[in-house]
Amino acid sequence: MEFALSEEQRLFADSLRGLLADRVPIEALRRHAEIGSGFDAELWDSLTELGLPGLLVPERFGGAGLGVLDAAVAAEVLGGAAAFAPFAGSVVMATLAFVHGATEELQAAWLPRIATGEVRFGVGFSQNGGHVKAAIDAGAPTHLLVYLPDGNAAIIAAEDASLHMHRSIDRARPVADLTFDDAHAVLLNAANSPLAAMQRVLDAGRVVLAADTLGAAQHMFDQALAFVKQRVQFNRVIGSFQAVKHQFADMVTMLEPCRAMVWYAAYAQDALPDEARLTALQTKAHLGDVGRDIARMATEAHGGMGFTDLLGLHYWFKRISFNRQMLGGPEHCREEAARLQGWTT
Amino acid sequence: MDLSLSDKHRALQDEVRVFIREHGHKSPKLGGGRKRPDQKALDWQKLLVDHGYVARTIPREYGGFGAELDVMEAAVIAAEFAAAGIYAGLTNQGISMLVPTLLEVGTEAQKQQWIEKTIRGDVIWCQGYSEPGAGSDLASLTTRGVLQDGHFVINGQKIWTSSAHYADMMFLLCRTEPDRPKHEGISYLLLSMRTPGIEVRPLRTMTGRAEFNEVFFTDVRVPEDQIVLGRGKGWYVANVTLKHERSMIGSAEKMTTRLEQLITLLKANGLLGMAEFRDRLLRLQGEVIAWKAHNLRLLTEAAQGVDSGVKRMIIKYGGTMLGFRLASLAVDALGTEGLPFESAGEDAEDDDATTWNIDYLYDVGLMIGGGSTNIQKNIISERGLDLPREPKVARA
Repeated sequence: MEFALSEEQRLFADSLRGLLADRVPIEALRRHAEIGSGFDAELWDSLTELGLPGLLVPERFGGAGLGVLDAAVAAEVLGGAAAFAPFAGSVVMATLAFVHGATEELQAAWLPRIATGEVRFGVGFSQNGGHVKAAIDAGAPTHLLVYLPDGNAAIIAAEDASLHMHRSIDRARPVADLTFDDAHAVLLNAANSPLAAMQRVLDAGRVVLAADTLGAAQHMFDQALAFVKQRVQFNRVIGSFQAVKHQFADMVTMLEPCRAMVWYAAYAQDALPDEARLTALQTKAHLGDVGRDIARMATEAHGGMGFTDLLGLHYWFKRISFNRQMLGGPEHCREEAARLQGWTT
Repeated sequence: MDLSLSDKHRALQDEVRVFIREHGHKSPKLGGGRKRPDQKALDWQKLLVDHGYVARTIPREYGGFGAELDVMEAAVIAAEFAAAGIYAGLTNQGISMLVPTLLEVGTEAQKQQWIEKTIRGDVIWCQGYSEPGAGSDLASLTTRGVLQDGHFVINGQKIWTSSAHYADMMFLLCRTEPDRPKHEGISYLLLSMRTPGIEVRPLRTMTGRAEFNEVFFTDVRVPEDQIVLGRGKGWYVANVTLKHERSMIGSAEKMTTRLEQLITLLKANGLLGMAEFRDRLLRLQGEVIAWKAHNLRLLTEAAQGVDSGVKRMIIKYGGTMLGFRLASLAVDALGTEGLPFESAGEDAEDDDATTWNIDYLYDVGLMIGGGSTNIQKNIISERGLDLPREPKVARA
């Protein structure tokens, strides 16, 4: 038994972190928040060179053939940098939608194009025919992946649908409502149990969003810790006050087990089918709650500066807030966990 | 990342499962009591020692099982006992603190004399550390030990001494070098609780039981050779013990067991249909999942010989808080039914309601004992996060 990231996973995270530190300085984040599409072609090309879009694509289709844990490791780094790149939906969910629900022919036609970064998917769930509310990664997609109530999915070219874009609390990432009418669609309907396949895709998305929140919360914590070590008031660094120290003790006691929880849930998606659903739901819920607490306390620790636009800490606060609601907030996830265990109907 | 067990560990898991199937019915009940082990508990302990499920890495010449240190083995054993709801052996301060300390710094004679008896439960120890004026600031302790004709003569008082009322022996910190700086003037002595001049007064706690005591020393004579390591080395010896802190392994198992019992309780009382109860249970389930995963991470790091730093320092604070919240939900689920609980006495097994209530109360003590919550937060922030230490106040 070894519950730790592999050397390869750590190295991959390091190179991704290095790339984002280079490409997503706070000025770029600020600039991009004005545009607000959640997508930047240059950044996307760099991420593609690193192999990010093909992370989960099987090797025979030109990808790295890795698992949800690897995706979670990447998502933690993306969240830590508040990077504006479609990932949870466009890369993770879309790839898995093909892997779990498409014929070999469709996989061969589409997965290589995911791996090269050529196609990017907005992902949504349709309640009634031609409407989808709050699709993820739909800021600048080439295609849309729409799950139907029966668990099968439709691929629609972005230009065949009408996208109604909303700036979200996270200015760098919009949400989109989709409408389509007689649009030409490619159907992913090869799963033996379409609803179960859809659940797997959704759960993987939830774990990856939780990982993104973990990275964003860790970033805010690290910033706040550095700040209280250098900010002087009353002739002392404020990090020497016991009230401040105890707040940081509370934060780290909440946050550090979250990393293991995300790893566990991500690993479960690939290797522990009996635990995959429950751990995905609980991890999405728990990270939503812990993320919010850390975001608030880390902002408070910065005093007035934390509240300013100038410092820019709010980008991470908003990223955490966005992730919390997307693909099911904590209350929805826990209620689903209750149903899963037969605790409610 | 690989959570599958190696062949060696899978074989051990099978072996433990067979053991539990054959012998599990002899196990004492879990939880509740903090009392001298009865015959059933002692018989069980000896069975566990003989099979290597406790004292596994203690060398054979000192009565242990003599296995190589392998934290994963300990985890496999703990997980199986927890899953079966079986008592995993005595946890007392002699076993968890004194034995590893003697193994590291004791003389050969001390090891021969005490380790086997202690791990088998035949000798029960108490820990003479805290004093009325020396709690969180333990190194300021004032109980004196003065060397006179081959004996340390002890005068002073200890408090919060768990199990002193039934213990056979004590490991004691006392001040033998009053002229040295406070951390360098302390010695670590072993003494029999039957030595003349010791008076034990039980200290009833909020659980209604006398889990602690005050211990008074009046000219108590301890032979000079019952010192561990040497004069003025007591603070060092006490800190050796900290390296052997094993709370991290037991803690997640305890949470898992409690959560399972809690789910059973809420189901039985029909409370899963109430959203408020269901939500609290679900939140706790999420936290237990996180806690278990965190422990797997610590376990892996321990097996790799990595110092886990702040990840380990959060265990006591986080674990006691989570434990208390689990017990709190159980007490709330019992409602008025749980109010008239009655302890069957120190030597009898309690019913479920009593066990939950005692746990609920006792957990408050756990937050205070062994480094209170506020001290834990200081440790986490100062040693774990490298925030500045409290400014020292000059002595008046």
